[in-house]
Amino acid sequence: MNFYGYKRPDGRVGIRNKVLILPTCVCSAETCRKVASQVEGAIYVNNDAGCSEVEQNLKICYDMYSGFAANPNIYGTVLIGLGCEGCTPENMKNEILKKTNKPLEVFVIQEEGGTTNTINKAVHAARKMVQEASLVPREEFPVSELFLGIECGGSDATSGLAANPVVGKVSDMIVDMGGSAVMSETTEFIGAEHVLAKRAATPEIKKQIIGICKALEEHLANVNQNLRTGQPTPGNKEGGISTIEEKSLGCIYKGGSRPIVEVLDYAQMPTKKGALIMDTPGFDVASVTAMVAGGCQVIIFTTGRGTPTGNIIAPVIKVTGNNKTYERMTDNIDFNAGVVIDGKMTIDECGEKLFEEMMEVCRGKVTKAEAYGFNECSMQRICKFI
Amino acid sequence: MSKNAIMLRPIDNVVTVVADVVKGDTITYLKDGEQCTVTALEDMPAFHKIAVADLKKGDHIIKYGQIIGGLSVDEAKKGTWISHRNIISLPRNYEDEL
Repeated sequence: MNFYGYKRPDGRVGIRNKVLILPTCVCSAETCRKVASQVEGAIYVNNDAGCSEVEQNLKICYDMYSGFAANPNIYGTVLIGLGCEGCTPENMKNEILKKTNKPLEVFVIQEEGGTTNTINKAVHAARKMVQEASLVPREEFPVSELFLGIECGGSDATSGLAANPVVGKVSDMIVDMGGSAVMSETTEFIGAEHVLAKRAATPEIKKQIIGICKALEEHLANVNQNLRTGQPTPGNKEGGISTIEEKSLGCIYKGGSRPIVEVLDYAQMPTKKGALIMDTPGFDVASVTAMVAGGCQVIIFTTGRGTPTGNIIAPVIKVTGNNKTYERMTDNIDFNAGVVIDGKMTIDECGEKLFEEMMEVCRGKVTKAEAYGFNECSMQRICKFI
Repeated sequence: MSKNAIMLRPIDNVVTVVADVVKGDTITYLKDGEQCTVTALEDMPAFHKIAVADLKKGDHIIKYGQIIGGLSVDEAKKGTWISHRNIISLPRNYEDEL
């Protein structure tokens, strides 16, 4: 049960082999987009701030964007800054170097003397990296090298009955084979945190699981937001999910049943292997990007209502438990777990089939969101801009 | 007509219908391997919940063997469509869970 991947100098293994054009801030993001558009094999991710941020937001920005550069699906990074931003090119470079020793080039627009000069140099650097990346051989690696991110969005009542338990089976299989799987979205633990906490490997981790739920409710209360008035979403309700408890009890199935060995902060890389939790919002895109920054090579994303979400660094495999959604949105959804509700397959059988689909994607199969080149990117924030 | 529903745990007091339901349909589900039925008192969409017990205001609604909320209307007889219109989320007591 192996896959073909790309060994990186930091020891990690990628399933894609891309060159990343990375902006430190909003003022260099468009330059990065222009650079990436001129180099086949290069990608860029948007950055809509990186400046005028409070310290805690700056930290998230460093964690997130350095995490993208360190993600094993990336061969190397061309970092482009403006020169006067809060999230400095020097600090970002150092954050990246703390996480990985992969190829890295840095350009600063104000030092290069404008956009055209920067694009010129950055395109040269990116082209060279793409050529080097093409020489990395694909080698065979075991499942223990995989780090799966698990997400859900646009849930309906089939999510908790079929899609999430099926993904939970995949999570357990990866963990049993020595790999890692992270489940996120603290919002969608609330109401089920007492059930999830039973999976904690230690009493300390149990406290952390309950603690992140309590902290999120309090955080939202500080801006006079009752979490329960925003959750479930109108679409969730129409789909048969009536309360946050019902949503969460269905959601947590996607994390499987193995002991939880670490609770990660937003966009942090794990220090342990096995079943993990990341403290992210219920906002699916901001959650996927955080797990990719944490190092996930592949994402499985369950949906009931149907969503198009992808990610430019890690392939996103879309799974639904709703047969109608699968038929209606077949250009967006990769895998139908609705067969479980029909009684045509058990959760375990369907989980094994999804595991095989995930392995195909790890071996190079292009997911539906990848085929569109979708590039959603969103970052969690603590408060207003300065 | 007869329609199927899924009971996730035997202690649940709601089941999930797997097809659109119209008033008067007989809803069949398995409870601990035993076949049970309830008659739908109203129309409801696929994958929504139907009460399999008579409920009154404040009663806990149980699905997945867990509390998913409390009844917010005076009563919901067996066969009622249970949704966000008649149940509400309940506050957590995190201190007790720690």
